[in-house]
Amino acid sequence: MNQKADQVLKSATQLSRRALLIGFFQIGIIVALGARMRFLQVKEAQKYRLLAEENRINVHLLPPARGIIFDRDGRIIANNVPNYRVIMVRENAIDVDVVLEQLQKLIYIKPTDLDKARKQIKRRSAFVPVTITENLNWISFAKVAANAPALPGISTEVGLSRIYSQKENLAHVIGYVGPVSDHYLERTKDPDPLLQIPRFQVGKTGVEAQTEQQLRGTAGHRRIEVNAVGRVMRELERAEGKPGAAVKLTINSEIQNFALERMDGLSASAVVIDCESGDLLAVGSSPSFDPNQFVRGISSDAYNGLRNNVFGPLRAKAVQGTYAPASTFKMVTALAALENGVIRSDETVFCPGHLDIAGTRFHCWKRQGHGEMNLADSIIQSCDVFFYTIGQKVGIDKISDMARRFGLGQHHDLPLSAISRGVAPTPDWKQRSFDKGWLLGDTVNASIGQGYVLASPLQLAVMAARLATGRTVRPRLIQNIDGEVMPLGGGAQLDVDPVHLAVVQKAMFGVANTKDGTAFSKRITTQELRMAGKTGTAQVRRITAEERTTGVIPNEDLPWEKRDHALFVNYAPHDNPKIAVAVVVEHGGGGSSIAAPIARDITLFALTGEIPDLKHYPTELRNQIKREQKKLAPRLIDWSSVGTSGRAKT
Amino acid sequence: MNYLEHNLSATPVGLHKILALNWPIIFLLATISGGGFVMLYSVSGGDLERWAQPQMNRFFMGMTFLFIVAMAPIWFWRNMSFLAYSIAFFLLVVVEFIGIAGMGAQRWVDLGFMRLQPSEIMKIALVLVLAAYYDWLPLARTSKPLWVLFPILLILAPVFLVLRQPDLGTSLLLIMGGGSIMFLAGVHWSYFATVVGSGLGLVLAVFQTRGTAWQLLKDYQYIRIDTFLDPQRDPLGAGYHITQAKIALGSGGWTGRGFMQGTQSRLNFLPEKHTDFIFTTLSEEFGFVGSISLVALYTLVLIFCIASALSMKDRFSALLTLGIGITFFLYFAVNIAMVIGLAPVVGVPLPLVSYGGSAMLTLLLGFGLMQSAHVHRPRPKYK
Repeated sequence: MNQKADQVLKSATQLSRRALLIGFFQIGIIVALGARMRFLQVKEAQKYRLLAEENRINVHLLPPARGIIFDRDGRIIANNVPNYRVIMVRENAIDVDVVLEQLQKLIYIKPTDLDKARKQIKRRSAFVPVTITENLNWISFAKVAANAPALPGISTEVGLSRIYSQKENLAHVIGYVGPVSDHYLERTKDPDPLLQIPRFQVGKTGVEAQTEQQLRGTAGHRRIEVNAVGRVMRELERAEGKPGAAVKLTINSEIQNFALERMDGLSASAVVIDCESGDLLAVGSSPSFDPNQFVRGISSDAYNGLRNNVFGPLRAKAVQGTYAPASTFKMVTALAALENGVIRSDETVFCPGHLDIAGTRFHCWKRQGHGEMNLADSIIQSCDVFFYTIGQKVGIDKISDMARRFGLGQHHDLPLSAISRGVAPTPDWKQRSFDKGWLLGDTVNASIGQGYVLASPLQLAVMAARLATGRTVRPRLIQNIDGEVMPLGGGAQLDVDPVHLAVVQKAMFGVANTKDGTAFSKRITTQELRMAGKTGTAQVRRITAEERTTGVIPNEDLPWEKRDHALFVNYAPHDNPKIAVAVVVEHGGGGSSIAAPIARDITLFALTGEIPDLKHYPTELRNQIKREQKKLAPRLIDWSSVGTSGRAKT
Repeated sequence: MNYLEHNLSATPVGLHKILALNWPIIFLLATISGGGFVMLYSVSGGDLERWAQPQMNRFFMGMTFLFIVAMAPIWFWRNMSFLAYSIAFFLLVVVEFIGIAGMGAQRWVDLGFMRLQPSEIMKIALVLVLAAYYDWLPLARTSKPLWVLFPILLILAPVFLVLRQPDLGTSLLLIMGGGSIMFLAGVHWSYFATVVGSGLGLVLAVFQTRGTAWQLLKDYQYIRIDTFLDPQRDPLGAGYHITQAKIALGSGGWTGRGFMQGTQSRLNFLPEKHTDFIFTTLSEEFGFVGSISLVALYTLVLIFCIASALSMKDRFSALLTLGIGITFFLYFAVNIAMVIGLAPVVGVPLPLVSYGGSAMLTLLLGFGLMQSAHVHRPRPKYK
C-alpha cells in the first residue's frame, strides 16, 4: 500500500473513532433526557396532575340577588336592575389602545370612566378583567356584544346593580350599598366568600347595612372547566344560591315624601310614628341626597359638595342629630313633679319674668312675666319660671328618671346607622363626662330642656307617642323580613299615674287649641283631627346680661348658625291618638312659627292620606296655605313611576 | 482504501436500488410521522382537516422526494452540494428582504404552493457543502488554520442571516451541526477546546463581574438572563409556557390520560401545542411510556445512521450520513430538552411530529441523501 492509501485508511479510522465519540455523547444526552422525563412523569406525576386540575377547574361564585326593600304599602324602595357592563382582559387584547379606540366608535364612554379603566388596566395583572364601563343601556350593550369577536379582550357581562327608585326620598333610612372595603375584609374574621367577588356590593349605611345579613342571601357556585384564556368550556356543576330576604319597612313612602318636601330648603328633620304599633311612618331628614350616586360611584366633586354643604345632607338628622328639646321637655318635668308630689295640678307659681337662683338670674322667654301660673297654663303658655321652680324642687335625678321613661336618653334599637342616644343628664353622668360637679343651675336649665339635656327627633316622636297613649311605645322600622313579622312596639302601660298624664295631655291640647296656646295659630280646626302638641325653641348661644338690657337680638338678625332651633312635638287626633310627630328645624327660629306649621301639615297628610284639604285650617290661613300647597304639590313623587310588590295596599 | 479495491459493479442499478435502501430507517421515519399524525389529530380536537391531513400530504410529498433523491448517485449530489448551499443562501437573503413575518420573526418565503423556510433547507445544505469540502480537502490540510477558517465562514454566513430573522434556535442548530462535521472530519481538537474554553470563559466573566463596579452587562440585562435561565421566576410571563408544558408533561404519569383526553392541551393551556410543544401533548396523553417510546424511535434512527456511516468507505458519504444523523439528533434533543425545562425555549420543532412543512420536507430530503449514500456506497471487492 502506498502512503496515500495509508493516510486514507488513517483518516477513515479517525472518522470512525470520532463518529463513535459523538454517538456516545448523543446517547448520553438522550439518557439524560429520558431520566428527566422519568422524573417529571413518574416521580412528580402526582404534583403535576394536581396542578393540571387546578388549571382546568375554576369555581365561580354566583352572587345572589340582593333582597328587595319595600315600604309598608309594598312600594319598592330598593331593587336590583341588570347592570350591563363591558370588561376587558388585557392579556387577550393585542393592543389595548387600539381596542379601546374601536370600542369608542361603537359606544360612548365617559372620559372619567375611560381614565379609570386605563389606570386599572395598567395596574392590574394581565389576566384580571377590568370594567371599562357599566350601566349601559340595552342598545349599547347589544352593540358591544355583537362586535365582541372583533374586539379582542373585550367581553360583556350582566350583573345586578342596586337602584333606589325613590331617589332622595329614603336615602337616610335605607342608606346605600357600595363595594366592600378592604378595611372591612381585614376586620372580619371569617368573611363570606361572596365578599371576595370584585365589586361585590354590601350595605354601607342605614337599613342596607343593618340588615346586610338578611339582604345579602347566600352564594351559589358553579364549577366550570376553563381553558388557558379563561374561556368557559363547559359547566361541571351548578348550585344556585339563595336570594336575599325581602325587607318590608314600616315607612309610608307618601308621608315620607310629603314630609321631606314640606321641609324643603330647611335643615330639618321630622319623624312620624304610629302611636299604636310604634311603626315609624316617616323618618325624614332634609336636605337629602340621591343614594344612587353612591352605588354608581360618586365623583369627588359631588361628594365634596355634599360634605361641605352646611345643611349636612349626608346626616340622618332624624336619628343622629341631637338637640336641646327645650320646652318640648316641659311635659317630662311636669310629670316628674306631679308624680313626686312636688306640686299639685291646681297649685300656682308666680312668674315675674325671671327667677334668681343661687345668685344667677334665669329668664322667662316672656320678659314681663306670666303672672300666676298653674301647671296646665305653664305648659300652654310655656312659662319658664314655673318649671325653674318645680324643677329645682323635684331635682335632676327624678327629672331624668321621668325622661328615660319617655325614651329620652335611651337607645332605640332600630336598623339604622349611628343612632344617637341623647342625654338625660344626672350628676354622675356629668362627673364622668366633664369631671365637674352638678350645679343647681344645671337642674334649672334641664327643667326647661336646655343645658345638658339632648334628644333626637326620633326620641321626641317616641316621647310624644308615649305621652299620647300612656304606654311604652317602641319604634319599629321593619314590619317583616321575608314574611317573618317583627314584634310590634305597642308596649306596656307606662309607670305614670293616668290622672297626672291626663293633666299633661289636656295642657298639650291647650297648646294647640286655646287662645293662649303657643301653637294656637297652627291649630287644626277639623273637630276629629285636632292635635295636641308642644312648641320648643332651643337656644344655641348664650345670651349675655348686656344683651338682655339692650334687648335680645331677634333671630333674623343673627347669622344662620347662631339662630335658635325650632321644635314641635304633637300627636293627633288628641282624643284618639293615631300618630305622633316630632319636627326639628335646625336654626329655624321659633318652634311655634317654624316647626309647628310643618308638623301640622305632616300630621294632616298622615291622617288624611292626601295633601291636606284647606277646610282643616283656620280660615285666615287658607289663602297662604293654598299658595304653599301649590308650590309643593308638583314636587311630590309620581307614584305610578315607582314599582310595587304587586300586593294590595294594606 | 482505494476505489480500485471496491467492486463498483456491485453497486445496485435500476430497481435493485430500491431493495438496497436502508429500509429500517424508512420504516422508523414512517412510524414517527404516523405518531405525529395521531398527535396532530388529537391536539386539533379531532379535526382531521386542520393539521393532520396537510401534514400527511407533506409526508407523502417528502417520501416521494426521498425516493427520488435516493435513486440519484451520491457523487451527483456531491457535485451539486455547493450549488445547493448557494441556493439556500440566496433564499435566506431573499427572506431578509421580502420574507413573510409571523410569530414575531421573518422566516418564510412564499413559493405559491407552500411557504418555505429557507433556514430549514440550509441545515441540510450546510451538511452537504461541509461534507463535500472535507472530501475535497487533502487530509494534511484539515487542521491548517486557513483551511479551518473557510468552513467556519461557510457556517457563520447563514448563521448571521438566520440570527437576523431572528431565529436563535436554528442558528444554534447550524453552529452545532456544522461544528460536529468539522470535528468528525478530523479538525484538530485544540480548535474546539479553544472555542469551548473561550466561550465558557466569557460566560464566567459575565457572571463573575456581576454586582461589581466593572460588570460587563447592565442590570436589566442580567435580569433578562436570569429569567431566560429560570423561567419559573415569572410564571405568568416568560415562564408561562414552560410551566404549563411541565404541568402537561408531569400530569401524564406512567401511561397518560389517554388519547384525546389531555386537558392541558385540549383546553389551550399549552402554547404552540401543534408545533414546538407537541411533545407535551404526547406525554400528557400517552404518559412516560408514550414519550420514551418516541425517544427510543429517534435513537434507533440515529443508531442506524451511525451504523450506515461506519460501513461507508468514502469520506463524503460518511460525513453526509453522520451530518444528517446529527442534524436529526439536534432537532429532537433540543426540542425535548426545551419542553422538559432543561434548555431555554428556542423555536425548534420536534422532527417529523411538529406541524410544519419545511422541517418535514427538509428532513426527508436529508434522509434521501443519506439513502443515496447508502444505496451507492462502494462494496468491498472481496468478501
